Amino acid sequence: MNDMTPTSAERAAKLEGLGCKRKRVEDVRFIQGKGNYVDDIKLPGMLYGDFNRSPYAHARITKIDTTKAAAVPGVVAVLTAETLKTVNLAWMPTLAGDVQMVLADGKVLFQNQEVAFVIATDRYIAADAADLVEVEYEPLPVNVDPLKAMAPNAPVIREDIKDKTEGAHGKRKHYNHIFSWAAGDKAATDAAFAKADVSIREMIVYPRVHPCPLETCQCVASFDKIRGELTLYGTFQAPHVIRTVGSLISKIPEHKIHVIAPDIGGGFGNKVGAYSGYICSIVASIVTGVPVKWTEDRIENLSTTAFARDFYMDMEIAATKDGKVTAMRCYTIADHGAFDACANATKWPAGLFSIISGSYDFPTAHVLVDGVYTNKAPGGVAYRCSFRVTEAAYCIERAMDIMAQKLGMDAAEFRMKNLIRREQFPYTSAFGWQYDSGDYQTAMNKAIESVNYKKLRDEQKAKREAFKRGETRELMGIGVAFFTEIVGAGPSRACDILGIAMFDSAEIRIHPTGSGICRLGTKSQGQGHETTYAQIIASELGLAADNIMVEEGNTDTAPYGLGTYGSRSTPVSGAATAMACRKIKAKAQMIAAYMLEVHDDDLEWDVDRFRVKGNPERSKTMTELAWAAYHEVPPGMEPGLEAVDYYDPPNFTFPFGAYICVLDVDVDTGQVKVRRFYALDDCGTRINPMIIEGQIHGGLTEAFGIAMGQELHYDEDGNITTASFMDYFLPTAVETPHWETDWTTTPSPHHPIGAKGVGESPNVGGVPCFSNAVNDAFAFLGSTHIQMPHDHWRTWTAAEKLGLHG
Amino acid sequence: MAKSQIAMKVNGKTIDALVEPRTLLIHFLRDDQNITGPHIGCETSHCGACTVDLDGKSVKSCTVFAIQANGGDIRTIEGMANPDGTLHALQEGFREMHGLQCGFCTPGMIVRAYRLLQENKNPSEEEIRYGISGNLCRCTGYQNIVKAIQYAAAKLNGVAFQEAAE
Repeated sequence: MNDMTPTSAERAAKLEGLGCKRKRVEDVRFIQGKGNYVDDIKLPGMLYGDFNRSPYAHARITKIDTTKAAAVPGVVAVLTAETLKTVNLAWMPTLAGDVQMVLADGKVLFQNQEVAFVIATDRYIAADAADLVEVEYEPLPVNVDPLKAMAPNAPVIREDIKDKTEGAHGKRKHYNHIFSWAAGDKAATDAAFAKADVSIREMIVYPRVHPCPLETCQCVASFDKIRGELTLYGTFQAPHVIRTVGSLISKIPEHKIHVIAPDIGGGFGNKVGAYSGYICSIVASIVTGVPVKWTEDRIENLSTTAFARDFYMDMEIAATKDGKVTAMRCYTIADHGAFDACANATKWPAGLFSIISGSYDFPTAHVLVDGVYTNKAPGGVAYRCSFRVTEAAYCIERAMDIMAQKLGMDAAEFRMKNLIRREQFPYTSAFGWQYDSGDYQTAMNKAIESVNYKKLRDEQKAKREAFKRGETRELMGIGVAFFTEIVGAGPSRACDILGIAMFDSAEIRIHPTGSGICRLGTKSQGQGHETTYAQIIASELGLAADNIMVEEGNTDTAPYGLGTYGSRSTPVSGAATAMACRKIKAKAQMIAAYMLEVHDDDLEWDVDRFRVKGNPERSKTMTELAWAAYHEVPPGMEPGLEAVDYYDPPNFTFPFGAYICVLDVDVDTGQVKVRRFYALDDCGTRINPMIIEGQIHGGLTEAFGIAMGQELHYDEDGNITTASFMDYFLPTAVETPHWETDWTTTPSPHHPIGAKGVGESPNVGGVPCFSNAVNDAFAFLGSTHIQMPHDHWRTWTAAEKLGLHG
Repeated sequence: MAKSQIAMKVNGKTIDALVEPRTLLIHFLRDDQNITGPHIGCETSHCGACTVDLDGKSVKSCTVFAIQANGGDIRTIEGMANPDGTLHALQEGFREMHGLQCGFCTPGMIVRAYRLLQENKNPSEEEIRYGISGNLCRCTGYQNIVKAIQYAAAKLNGVAFQEAAE
């Protein structure tokens, strides 16, 4: 090599591969208003659909009269359950093995349920006419309390299945019961509790919340009668799943359905499921022969499409008196609303909730979850978490604090004593999960040192004394959380959706001039996939990331995949991308050997080229090899340079982190001021640190919203009282704290590039950290657990109950 | 419904159109004029995704009738680039500082920040946070949006941008 040849390090830096804070590719269009979101789509002759919805949470429908609505000039059609029955679509199957009304059939089961769908020439006329659909109701008793759902005289929510004793997941023990799901060893756990030195028990409630992306759910359905083909544009986190489900229920052959998910304005789980609006738009387009757009408004979004959590967790931990945990058990009631439309892996009705033993070395544990029906909206989704992982993390992290308090130990010290040790990995939990890798002590120590934890506790002690002396009305709270996630669903032996294994895919084509395109079965909703997948390819193939186009969201061109949710894109499609690259690289190596007239084994890889071992001047760059692949391949080799990989992960990945929050509570106003929030995340190999940090900021902000103010609240008549931004708390820039981020790196041993996924960690770890901090502020006064959300009113009430207001 | 004649300037171009009196400005821009940069996130004027600049003020175009903008001068994200076609300092700042993720709030956020910097050339972090509190973002946690606006302010003021220490 002469002096002009850049060094390996210089060439590597130019690729902008793994570890580069590469600026985002997608930003160029977004900052100029040139994104292409679903509501931006306008097709010739397009009509608009809008719903008439139920004002009641539970009522029998005695009459629907659409005459006045249909008579409004501009109205083209009005659909009801009766119309949908003619095409056998009044009900649809759910991902969880239940069925769900598309439009109310005989009765309504939750407020704002879809009753009729009006199709008109513009959105104003559709809205006018929807109001003119006349529906007569006979109100029925309402139940919105999951703890009362299985009472002997509870209102029957689902008359269609009230006599069915078998559900999709086994025996049903009550007409409002959906499933029982258990994990762990009950006998061993009960025995451990029977001889425990110390135990704690607390009802820990994770309220019903909503993912609430800034863009609501929407679609444009366009059916071509001549070709018999349906093109469906929509806000879909999982476009291929929508195509398959769409084909199964509409009977349109799958190859004649084209699903296109353009730019998506945030998803967070909200856009995984199949909703009535999609089905009605498809039917409306088939009926009218022209495209039909459905755009949900915010009230519809918060009250009908998806919810998250709503878990009532009766949690117990046992420990020795010197602070070693010996067992945990948890009995949970899960409120699934009126239909079981949870977007979970099909075999897991309570998701991956058995990650509830968390980061700690529990010798034995047991969980039991009962799912129940109530008069609330259906559609439980994993809101910025892997299925039910955030509920589990919240529960264990709260319970660990409560136990530390009972033992008189410091929250961090108690955790440190019980964390799974580095030498125990790969670690098999009491529930049978094999945690792939971790170095928990290093992470915890780094967090404690970074915030000067001891000094904070000293300050807190002094402030508590001052409070007792009446010198201040503020209480200082320090929240500690150490979480372990289970993401990257998932291994086909464990995970499927309606029988489709949860693999994912990548197809890469390298063009003759050394640029290329990568198509995937995942779908970005803001995660920056167009930027990061290209970085994986850059490092694997030695081609500059700028020369790789990443395309998702078109089911005709992308290989089949299960979509983006549950932090699965990097663990599954990221792995597929690396594996496809390796197939391409293997072929390129053969071409290089042929060109350099050496044996394959005499070549070694150097950043962006194959070179002859011991003779580095003799080399072929990947760009040269791309050209050769289309022009001088070895005899017998087929031309071209492309590969597809369907990756079935051998295991989940287990990201983890240590978070610490410091806040001050004004006991007279209930106001909570977050002083400091430190988040250390270990997501294995880091692809783009800038994007990771951005994801953590965003996830922490969502966690802040959940912990400090969010709840989808229903009154006893089933009216949802928090269905607009007036009532449902979303943090603005003013309330949102400043975030400090940090990391350790413990690669996943089974992932091709060692990456674990990160987008959801801050939500999973953030919520317990905030809640622990608020609870910690009051703990010295004997309070063990204050339920979320910790808004001013609840916090003030907690102070009132403790007699702090004189 | 009877339509009314309106005229306004949007991103420097004069538009004459017939609208129903009840047509909201956001629907007029998006559906009638194909100016789809401003978005709809809530229709109750909380989220700010629909923010446009109207006669020197930030307005939420989901709660203004198109007819109220008659005779007005509107700027949307599509009109933010410099006359020579280069990006405005705010657009550049949002990309440089990773001030966006899904991009849905971004057009409203940038147009709002534009007016904020017209009114206060060198805002403090607190003033920026207050100044954009009518615009919700679900992805970024705002911290990088604040930096993006600081970046733009520095560039427009001709001074070097100093990132605050973490």
